[in-house]
Amino acid sequence: MNTKKKRFMINLITYAVLAVVFVVLTIMINNKTISRTLKGMLIPICSWIVMAISLNLVVGISGELSLGHAGFMGIGAFSGIIVSGWLLNGMQMEDPTLRLVISLVAGGLIAGIFGALIGIPVLRLRGDYLAIVTLAFGEIIKNIMNCVYVSVDGQALNFGFLNGNLPGTLLLNGPMGAVKVKTIATFTAGFVLIIFSLIVVLNLVNSRSGRAIMAARDNRIAAEAMGINITKYKMMAFVTASVLAGMAGALYGLSMATLLPTKFSFNESINVLVFVVLGGIGNIPGSIISATALTILPEKLRFLQNYRMLAYAVLLILVMLLSNNPLLKSLWRRLIHREKDEDGKEGIRA
Amino acid sequence: MSEKERKPQTQMVPYPSGSSVPERDLGYMPVLECSHLGIEFGGLKAVDDFSVVMGRTEIGGLIGPNGAGKTTVFNLLTKVYQPTHGTMMLEGKDMGNMSTVDVSKAGIARTFQNIRLFNNMTVEENVRIGLHNQIGSGMFSSILRLPSHWKTEKQQHEKTLELLDIFDMAKMADERAGSLPYGAQRRLEIVRALATKPKLLLLDEPAAGMNPHETEELMETITRIRDQFQIAILLIEHDMSLVMGICEDICVLNFGKIIAKGTPAEIQANPAVIEAYLGKRKEAEA
Repeated sequence: MNTKKKRFMINLITYAVLAVVFVVLTIMINNKTISRTLKGMLIPICSWIVMAISLNLVVGISGELSLGHAGFMGIGAFSGIIVSGWLLNGMQMEDPTLRLVISLVAGGLIAGIFGALIGIPVLRLRGDYLAIVTLAFGEIIKNIMNCVYVSVDGQALNFGFLNGNLPGTLLLNGPMGAVKVKTIATFTAGFVLIIFSLIVVLNLVNSRSGRAIMAARDNRIAAEAMGINITKYKMMAFVTASVLAGMAGALYGLSMATLLPTKFSFNESINVLVFVVLGGIGNIPGSIISATALTILPEKLRFLQNYRMLAYAVLLILVMLLSNNPLLKSLWRRLIHREKDEDGKEGIRA
Repeated sequence: MSEKERKPQTQMVPYPSGSSVPERDLGYMPVLECSHLGIEFGGLKAVDDFSVVMGRTEIGGLIGPNGAGKTTVFNLLTKVYQPTHGTMMLEGKDMGNMSTVDVSKAGIARTFQNIRLFNNMTVEENVRIGLHNQIGSGMFSSILRLPSHWKTEKQQHEKTLELLDIFDMAKMADERAGSLPYGAQRRLEIVRALATKPKLLLLDEPAAGMNPHETEELMETITRIRDQFQIAILLIEHDMSLVMGICEDICVLNFGKIIAKGTPAEIQANPAVIEAYLGKRKEAEA
């Protein structure tokens, strides 16, 4: 099987598995056979998966380190909440699905604008500057969110900075975060968002633009000599990832009744980076699996009480050690080789 | 192909700025005109007063001892370094304000001394990177998989196979570039450079690490590329059989300066060149 066909098959399997999982979970929800904790975690899992996919586009495909991905998620979450609240209170839009779609798009767009603003100066430089700047960006955004008050009065949106005396219904209440959010996010919407980001990322990677992004990552000098505008393609990956992170944020924000700005801290950025590294840098299906597993794991470890995060860390280290174990690696390789041999024999018979 | 057939029977004629171009190219604008090109790295003149003219279909050679500044000249021509002195013109167009990307779009392609392929990509994808500015659709048509995406992907695929056929490499299209043998990697670099549709092709030691038989094949291919694509080729090479075999005009560099220019026969007889390579007779005796 050649490389192209293999990639196509892997992508196809990814879509198929996701669809099957979605159908099974939907049936379980309808039959009420799903545990309450798991049901409550479904939408957050969806948004973390989208976060992992989008960060993998930056870290894995374009080869730049971003340490402020949660910042984009935060921007998306709060703009999604504001837009949704404004549509409900200001525009009397009752249809939750339409409101959700508009909020997701708005969250993505605003996060994308911030991504472009950061990317334009930073992606012209060589080296690890993006990591430093995004790290600072994430913290700045978190702190600004702490001071912003937004209310909706009639059709008008009122903004206050360090000043909560605003007329109308309060949507954002400074350090108290978003309050009384109408939770309109659904599991179906989360699933659609995952599929949407998969289509965007996989189609981008397997195209002329995606090849240019990877060429810029693999060998900057050669890519430039071939006439590839490095900054343009790094921007393309970074802004696309910010848009997706913003949409994931909007989904996350609209699934919680209250949301604190401190939620989107450096810790969460690192968490998403852990999903990406554990799932395999540049490996999109791997990101999906690790994001799911690592979101469920801390919840399942609750019986350990205070030792929960310790156990989580130990498990992470064990997984890293085992996946680099030469014995297991050779076993894995032998399994794959056997598959290849069978393929070859079939080819001859045919 | 014997040596006589390989070398076109064209006289070299002098050109105003002290260079020469093949007679057959006289009716055309010279593809490259450098005058007094130079670069200083903090007082060290790596290349100084480099003037050369390349005819439209000329095969030129750039030789000299190690550290003479040959690769630096290539880096200046492709704007990896910005020259501190002198001017360059590509088909009469000033290259002063161009970036590396602009130079590639304007028509100069190169290979690298230490191979720089995209090792994790397949052979086909490597060539497709070369085709990037020739054929292709934008980001949104790719994400939405519009008909223009499929059309350009198909065009790229066909063009890639056509180019790989020059070196008989079409059957390797799906292999990882990094897993190819050394000689094949060198050839792939040339194909990738050709894909950018250059007017001037710069080859940095194309025969390095090749055996005499492979070098012989390479000489034929280089002349074939020149004839088929009607482009100029400037090459750096230490293998004198290749340089003397196919170059029409040779430029010898030593310590960043041109010490001799001329046809292979003239260069072989030039005492300054012999001195640069072998040292002075007196020093050798002492």
